[in-house]
Amino acid sequence: METSLTRYIWSNTRLQQIWILFVVAVSMIPYFMSFDLPKQIVNGPIQGNGFETPGATRTFMHLEYDLPALGKVVFFDGLELTRFQTLMALSLVFLLLVIINGLFKLYINTYKGRLGERMLRRIRFELIDRVLRFPPAQFKRVKSAEIATMIKDEVEPMGGFTGDAFVQPALLGGQAITALVFIIMQNFWLGMIAAGIVAVQGVVIPRMRKRLLELGRQRQLTARELSGRVGEIVDGIGTIHGNDTSNFERADIASRLGLIFSIRYDLYQWKFLVKFINNFLAQVTPFLFYSIGGFLALQGRLDIGQLVAVINAYKDLPGPLKELIDWDQARQDVQVKYNQVVEQFNVDMLVDPKIQALAPDPVNRLEHSLHAVNLTLSDDSGAPLLRHVTLEIKPGETAAIVGNSGSGAEALAEAFARLIWPEQGRITIDGKDILELPESVTGRRIAYAASDTYFFSGTLRDNLLYGLKHAPLTTVEYEGAKAAKNRWNINEARRAGNPELDVNSDWVDYVSAGVTGPDDLFKVVRPVLDAVLISQDILDMALRSTVVIETHADLTDRIVEVRQALRKRLKKEDLDDLVVPFKLDEYNPQATVGENLLFGSMRRPMMTNRKLAAHPYFRSVLRENDLYIDLYTMGLEIAANAVELFEDLPPDHPFFQQLTFMTADDIPAYQVLLQKLQGRGIDAASADERTSIIRLSFSYIEPRHRFGLLNSQLMAKIVDARARFHQNMPDDLKAVIERYDPERFISSATLLDNVLFGRIGFTQADGSDRIRTILRDLFDRLGLFESVLSIGMDFDVGSGGKRLTNVQRQKLNVARALLKRADYIIFNRPLPALDQRVQDHITHNIMEDLHEEGHAPAIIWVLSNTALANLFDRVIVFDKGTLVEEGTHATLLEKNGIFKELVS
Amino acid sequence: MLLKDEVEMLRRVPLFSGVAPAKLKLLAFTSERVSYKSGQTLFRQGDPADAAYVILTGGADILSDSPSGEIKVAEIEHDSIVGEIAILCDVSRTATVRANSALEALRISKDHFLKLLSDYPEMTIEIMRVLADRLSHTTTELSEARSKQKQAAK
Repeated sequence: METSLTRYIWSNTRLQQIWILFVVAVSMIPYFMSFDLPKQIVNGPIQGNGFETPGATRTFMHLEYDLPALGKVVFFDGLELTRFQTLMALSLVFLLLVIINGLFKLYINTYKGRLGERMLRRIRFELIDRVLRFPPAQFKRVKSAEIATMIKDEVEPMGGFTGDAFVQPALLGGQAITALVFIIMQNFWLGMIAAGIVAVQGVVIPRMRKRLLELGRQRQLTARELSGRVGEIVDGIGTIHGNDTSNFERADIASRLGLIFSIRYDLYQWKFLVKFINNFLAQVTPFLFYSIGGFLALQGRLDIGQLVAVINAYKDLPGPLKELIDWDQARQDVQVKYNQVVEQFNVDMLVDPKIQALAPDPVNRLEHSLHAVNLTLSDDSGAPLLRHVTLEIKPGETAAIVGNSGSGAEALAEAFARLIWPEQGRITIDGKDILELPESVTGRRIAYAASDTYFFSGTLRDNLLYGLKHAPLTTVEYEGAKAAKNRWNINEARRAGNPELDVNSDWVDYVSAGVTGPDDLFKVVRPVLDAVLISQDILDMALRSTVVIETHADLTDRIVEVRQALRKRLKKEDLDDLVVPFKLDEYNPQATVGENLLFGSMRRPMMTNRKLAAHPYFRSVLRENDLYIDLYTMGLEIAANAVELFEDLPPDHPFFQQLTFMTADDIPAYQVLLQKLQGRGIDAASADERTSIIRLSFSYIEPRHRFGLLNSQLMAKIVDARARFHQNMPDDLKAVIERYDPERFISSATLLDNVLFGRIGFTQADGSDRIRTILRDLFDRLGLFESVLSIGMDFDVGSGGKRLTNVQRQKLNVARALLKRADYIIFNRPLPALDQRVQDHITHNIMEDLHEEGHAPAIIWVLSNTALANLFDRVIVFDKGTLVEEGTHATLLEKNGIFKELVS
Repeated sequence: MLLKDEVEMLRRVPLFSGVAPAKLKLLAFTSERVSYKSGQTLFRQGDPADAAYVILTGGADILSDSPSGEIKVAEIEHDSIVGEIAILCDVSRTATVRANSALEALRISKDHFLKLLSDYPEMTIEIMRVLADRLSHTTTELSEARSKQKQAAK
């Protein structure tokens, strides 16, 4: 990267800088004209110069210029105007100039701003581009939060500076020099004094600022380190809690903040000291003018008019000068920041951009062997991991790599995946070093999965298909305003040196996954998900999620059929009572009182229990029939029962988990309420108290809580209220409450609720497990399993995939590697989080089923369980960084070597 | 069935006879009420143990896996507790329990059960009594079996 910021700015914005300099120069004309105009207005029409006689007129706007070749040219003869007319005309001209100046300012500022923003975009992109090309070892040294701070915050001022980089010194320098020259013209010696002081300012101030710059650099470094530490605290929060080191972290942060404070305070003090000296020097000049100039005037060597003119002219000097010095400081400051950043991003062995070049066309299969030639690998400290290994893996061959940890087997796998670069020797395909092959070959034809997984925040689908997103494969057609916006986007991207790749295009390379498009994707996805034993998890995610009807119409349109199939199935298996269905005119005892009243689903977060309870319509429905009083009485009973049961227990007692409708902290408050309200009517309670009592009744489920508070009369009353509630529901509620409708998909309820259209009975042993098993089978029979998986694929995996369990992440990581249909698949102990039994199961699945279907990749598997080696064509044994044995499973067993030891 | 009926039933279980009715109510409330059909399994041998079951109505067979298939070891009736041993010793289920008629039970989770024992020493003593009883029973059976074996050998 360019080390000088000024040069970097100039080389990227040369034409724009020249244009803006030109515009600034042109804008000076109306600017100076507007200086002259007030004098003309005052002297002319107001004071009456030239209008001495009544009715006198003057020529206005007479435009006549001496042009070199043409002589005198009259552009406009002018108008003859009276005194008042002239006043008005001149005033209007003044107004016009104000507007023109304003417009110039607007244009210049906008232009400079845009220039700066483009520059910022360019720098940021360039830095991220470099991050993408860092050699792998670099990432062991940098902290992600520090890189993020640099790209986000530290380069920010560079954008602002870009617009001013050349315009500001030209403008201010021009003004300062004009003022100085004017002074020198009035009186040479006084001019020299002014120039001398300016020179002192120009020498002393930047020197003093050196320290400011150094402090600024330290401030930047410490702040960056702070953000690195904050990032570490967030990432390592589990370790901090687990070791009770939060106070150690506090101490560390406090000491860092202390250092930052001392640097900033130092900076602050210096800044104002410099300011003071600067101001002093600026003010010392008039002092010299008054004393020396006055002395000269007294001696008669200087006439007073000149002295006054000099002092007047000097007023215009410090302003631009100060701004110029400020500009210079900003420049140095930004330059320091820029150097800092560039230093961090100027990394040796950066990956050549050609290796990452975009390749939209399919890449041919690798039909040559993967060779490791005299390969030596070492870790960061230089300790050898693997010594002089030569090895060939043929296309389609399956090889088990076996060895204790530290044997070099894992390092070899990482080298195949280009995660470690060889110390000596190389890895080649068809004679070409894999480090020099474009990533479009290695990244598509070689797949790798190890135990450390990474998932990007987004949906499960995005992450699973991540390995297929190499190039934008479709052209998105934009229409109308969107097309214009798209053209603008592309144009701007080009101007800031960004690529014009469309992120909205479909990047998924379906063909290389072995399908034709998104519609039959599950043909290949499902066997892979089944093989890594994660389809049940994804099914569960789907059941727990709400479904976007637009994108999953294939399932939502058939919901009635699914519901009926489930009923039929339950009946057939004599499990009728497992699920109690919702019926419009019946009370569902397995649902809460609240659910029975609502008989629908609320669109959260627009509608919540609290908002509904406060809604006047809902209240009016409850008031009719005195249901309000019934629920109040019921709530009071619930409170009494809860208090009786729990009042003696300490708040952290595990039994409180069972108390669903209040927390341990609520108990004392309800105790007080009960003392006040028990045995008295509803009128004794205030509005707030009523709410907190009635609230309890809404969560009540008779078979679960078993207080015996519901009788058939009350249930009928609730069903009646339900009917009335839905009958005249106002539009604002209709928009946020969906009534349960057996014929329709309820978009705000989960898929499980939609399919069950009822509640699993509380007393049913293992009810939800049995339902899950039945549903899995049912979806399969109805040909909907893939649609359900597709819904599960919408699950948001959270930052770094943290909403998935470690087991799920490792399984998906393997699935992702398999989906690429690479020619070489490398598994580096990919599933340590799983039970040995499950690991073995998955290995069997992959080796036996997936390897059989048509396309046969070479599989290189660093095994955790040596016993599985018999699944592979060849077994390669490593010990202490060297290859010690290789051969088929049978021959190695006969050999009585290290392998036999490892197996036994 | 309501909480208060369950309390009545729990009082008939010897293990809980010494516990105050109010506490039994709490126990009933915090336990899960589950019903099984005849032939349905409460838990299987080898499963991790996470709960004990108080049989309120109905009965169940206790079955043990053997090379020749499942053997019925014993039968339990209502008002008894089953599955508590695996919780106490932290081992997996030592037998399979299957309902032999329609069965209603209270499922007391492991945490709650252990908490109960520490809160109510009288329950712990009762548990000890039941276990000791079973042990002496088993010892008698064992010595009988041995003497039979000796006689057969002679």
